[in-house]
Amino acid sequence: MAKITYIEHDGAEHVLDVKVGLSVMEGAVKSNIPGIDADCGGACACATCHVYVDPAWADKTGTPTAMEESMLDFAENVEPNSRLSCQIKVTDELDGLIVRMPESQH
Amino acid sequence: MKKSDAGVIIVGAGHAGGTAAALLRQFGYEHPITLIGEEPLAPYQRPPLSKAWLKGETDAETLMLKPATFYAEAGVELRTGVCVAALSPEEKTLTLASGETLDYETLILATGARPRPLAIPGADLAGVLVLRSAADAEALKASLRPGKRLAVIGGGYIGLEASASARALGAEAVVIEREPRILARVANETLSTFFTDYHRARGVDFVLSASVAAFEGEGGKVKGVRLGSGEIIPCDVALVGIGAIPNMELAKVAGLACADGVIVGETAQTSDPDIYAIGDVTWRHLAHYGRPFRLESVANALEQARQAACAITGRPPPAAEVTWNWSDQYDLKYQFAGLPFDVDDVVLRGDPASGKFAIFHLAGDRIQAVEAVNAPAEFMAGRQLIARRAAVSRTRLADTAISMKEVAA
Repeated sequence: MAKITYIEHDGAEHVLDVKVGLSVMEGAVKSNIPGIDADCGGACACATCHVYVDPAWADKTGTPTAMEESMLDFAENVEPNSRLSCQIKVTDELDGLIVRMPESQH
Repeated sequence: MKKSDAGVIIVGAGHAGGTAAALLRQFGYEHPITLIGEEPLAPYQRPPLSKAWLKGETDAETLMLKPATFYAEAGVELRTGVCVAALSPEEKTLTLASGETLDYETLILATGARPRPLAIPGADLAGVLVLRSAADAEALKASLRPGKRLAVIGGGYIGLEASASARALGAEAVVIEREPRILARVANETLSTFFTDYHRARGVDFVLSASVAAFEGEGGKVKGVRLGSGEIIPCDVALVGIGAIPNMELAKVAGLACADGVIVGETAQTSDPDIYAIGDVTWRHLAHYGRPFRLESVANALEQARQAACAITGRPPPAAEVTWNWSDQYDLKYQFAGLPFDVDDVVLRGDPASGKFAIFHLAGDRIQAVEAVNAPAEFMAGRQLIARRAAVSRTRLADTAISMKEVAA
């Protein structure tokens, strides 16, 4: 398990224990946390699981693939710390991770 | 009992129905929610059944839309393995196959679609399968291993994904298609050729322009597919993937307006103001294309689940979306957006031989649809250009030296 804090656009915080091996997206969706839609279920096909990774965790969450980069390029309100949360696998090293959600995924 | 205490009943516990239940709670709906499904399982994702799940790359738990504990925690009464026999919009009641009657304040029909049957001799032989449910996928997976041969009837996405998965599992695969090319109903010819070549290079056989006359069996089990020409294609298992038909009988008998699906408006409301319909079962007006249509996709199911949940909880309606879908075959990610209605020209961007290209379908100088293979930027930009109804230059669109960011700017 890794403790992950999901912060909605309006500031509402959700702290969840997410099973190692799931994606950061799955952690939110399985608990019905608003703010991450993940329409394609994690196939990196839709860019509706966009999050901002807390800068302190940027290194540990790794770098996006070319596929993810291309999808993110066209998401709304992209920042340098933007990621698709379906592409971040939860590991023990991510215990304490903080991600923020954009205002809308659509 | 007052009807307001009866809350929302959702008929159909698939991707659309399960999402609607979850969104109603997310949006603060406080009355009872009952989610009724015919299948024995809680809502799960269907797309992986022909893709990652079939290849054994993902497990049953990952397929589930929400964990088993979710429904009780969220106050959603999930009733699986239950068939609904009748709907009375006047009484605002549902009658279950068991005879039990349920009151509703608001009803959501999310009954989906079912595989179109192929009514030919031998269709009832063991080993003649369809692929819609998790149980279907289990049966198919159990038949795919080295030394076995899969015959797919119908060169659509389901059949192609199943063929790719069959190859990954070491089984042989042959696709039998009535038209002279695969994906004839849905994709551009360049794309049909590309997919045919890609599959052939990975060992999939194609029999094109061929009708299917019968399934041949031995001891009650399928052994081959007899073509109209008399030729027999031997197989150990056959998958029929020739489209789907909407499960709209309940709505039709109840007197709701139907076409090739239950007719709904922009908030997913049917001809009865207390009844919504979402997902594959619906026939909806597509404002963007000025015509009604029945969409079969997860994106459509989720968009309409959002529309219904917003309408029921008094939220403003979600922004209209450009329809889209995707398919995974081997290392190919195929994504498409929009629909190729009223198209008078197509523009190819990139070289299919490189395995990375996109096809834009144009009506005048506007993009109506985009098909992208391993080309996510083209897909994303195309989707946005379709939504904006932006005028585009064909020369710029075809020029890979100009980035899609610039084209879409």
